[in-house]
Amino acid sequence: MRRILIVGAGSAIAEATARIFAERGDAIFLVGRNPGVLESIAADLKVRGARAIGMEVMDAGNLSAHVALLDRCEEFLGGLDTVLIAYGTLSDQKACESSAELTDLELHTNAVSVAALLTPIAARFEQRRSGAIAVISSVAGDRGRQSNYVYGSAKALVTAFLSGMRQRLYKAGVSVITIKPGFVDSPMTAAFRKGLLWAKPHRIAEGIVRSIDRSSTVAYLPWFWRPIMFIIRAIPEFVFRRLKL
Amino acid sequence: MTSQVVSSWGNVISAEHAIVQLASRHQPFPDISPGTSVLPYGNGRSYGDSCLNVGGALLQTRSLDRFIAFDTESGSLVCESGVLLADILRVAVPRGWFVPVTPGTQFVTVGGAIANDVHGKNHHHTGTFARHVRRLELLRSDGQRIECSASENSEWFAATVGGLGLTGAITQAEIQLRRIAGPLMDVETIRFQNLDEFLALCAESDQDFEYTVAWIDCLEQGRQLGRGLLQRANHIESPSTDLRPRPRQRSVPFTPPFSLVNAASLRVFNAAYYHRQRGARNRRISRFEPFFYPLDNVLHWNRLYGPRGFYQYQCVIPSAGGRDAAEALLKTIARSGLGSMLAVLKLFGALSSPGMLSFPRQGITLALDFPNRGERLERLFKELDHIVQSAGGRLYPAKDGRMPGSLFRSGYPRWTEFTRFIDPRCSSSFWRRVTEGA
Repeated sequence: MRRILIVGAGSAIAEATARIFAERGDAIFLVGRNPGVLESIAADLKVRGARAIGMEVMDAGNLSAHVALLDRCEEFLGGLDTVLIAYGTLSDQKACESSAELTDLELHTNAVSVAALLTPIAARFEQRRSGAIAVISSVAGDRGRQSNYVYGSAKALVTAFLSGMRQRLYKAGVSVITIKPGFVDSPMTAAFRKGLLWAKPHRIAEGIVRSIDRSSTVAYLPWFWRPIMFIIRAIPEFVFRRLKL
Repeated sequence: MTSQVVSSWGNVISAEHAIVQLASRHQPFPDISPGTSVLPYGNGRSYGDSCLNVGGALLQTRSLDRFIAFDTESGSLVCESGVLLADILRVAVPRGWFVPVTPGTQFVTVGGAIANDVHGKNHHHTGTFARHVRRLELLRSDGQRIECSASENSEWFAATVGGLGLTGAITQAEIQLRRIAGPLMDVETIRFQNLDEFLALCAESDQDFEYTVAWIDCLEQGRQLGRGLLQRANHIESPSTDLRPRPRQRSVPFTPPFSLVNAASLRVFNAAYYHRQRGARNRRISRFEPFFYPLDNVLHWNRLYGPRGFYQYQCVIPSAGGRDAAEALLKTIARSGLGSMLAVLKLFGALSSPGMLSFPRQGITLALDFPNRGERLERLFKELDHIVQSAGGRLYPAKDGRMPGSLFRSGYPRWTEFTRFIDPRCSSSFWRRVTEGA
């Protein structure tokens, strides 16, 4: 049985992932911003077979709340061996371009707060010499594009941060997993027109659980995003700057 | 509001619909532009046009897929309306519970099962799905939420179960599950030569077997008219620890350019299927999935009927005169040679259906798939309609895409009473078709 902390538990990907853990009989601690949503999800996971379900309302942007939250989570679960960080906001690129405050806020939510939250978690797991940390980054972090580079650069920070942390914690036997979903058909993207490249949250969730079980390093979900992003990264800047991506 | 091309399971109609999501059960009824009608839409397993609203909007409820509570002592399950029966089975079977009634696929939503008041192979024993719905919540377009059950707001309940989504959106329901000892079934398959043998076998079986259903060979004429295989089954009463993995799911990856179901393939299949077991009787133990959901292992099996799709014709004929009418139907179908391998015969029992527009009533029900052959098929359907109507029978809206309004209205005399409960913003292609000009 795993003891799992999920931050951003109200997101569609996180909920789908939690369902798989619940069916396996794991104990789960949910953290999110909306108490009503957390309660509905907790009741659902209970029916699906979760051994124990705890929850707490927290805005992860509030960095001073992190350590106390971890303490309460560990107390409730009787320990902690798996963390999934799944929160984020899909920044409004156009609005960010005319607002430094908004850009700052988006970078704070999607990048700085994630790095801050990872810091005490990494320290605890390193000391115990075990554990798995999975964080949802994005294919958008692989290269900045004009359509969403605020979001993309925040995810780039997360990706680079995890890469370094993975090296550091490798010696301690702690696995650090970077999850890079492509387009996901979820409430966060409800306004987009969906095409062939779009995946349902439960497909992404299966990939996340598989990656955690296998202690993978970087998981593109679905898999075809790996070759797609390989090509996108390989395009020289003098060509890339003319593209409408 | 986005829009999307939606087709129903029969693939006869494909049309652009405006799509609205009901993202949470706590959410108010979504704003729909004035003048546009809307129809709650679950998993799209209805065959014809009862789950379509061409020219209007569909209110998708599939994302309401959370469980709310499950009392494993009493078997009472509360869940949102977009939960699939497959999801319920996943959590219920390992804990010794089973859905009280199930149609031939587990990929229907709870809301859809209620709105069509579905039945299963245990109808003679257990009645329809809605008999096991202890309460439900109905969300109306004016924002009102109506909590209803057989005893509370019972008129709303009677209108909503079997109400084809027209009374508003079902957001959640409480269902009484049925105890089982384990996932195994004791299944007996018996060959019968004709309709009278089928009826005799049913009379002999319905008392002792919770589930009975027959496959019939719709090509045979003369003395073998109505030959087929009767399956009768019970859940095994002793606990078991059968952990064999389920068979791998396959899928029909694309729609072939023409129907693979045709006169030649049908003759070969039917003869082989009828003779698939050596003796007249065969008994085996199996998991519940192959017994209840033989087709669920082939995703998108409906594509086999090609780009023109298929119709299903399911009627029920009341007991008095049912035998002769069923014989007349089978003769007419056999003569036409237009049927398919999916032909099912069952006796419905006496337990009454709770909905104003519920389909099941005591009598014989016959269900057949037909590849869409346009005019030729419609001529056959008219002959069948005539037999059904003369015998006082009716067709199943969930399967229908073409019945004349007059046949619907004579089969469902409570339809005028039902209209009082229709949500002013709700409509469907089916409803407009069968009530137009009335």
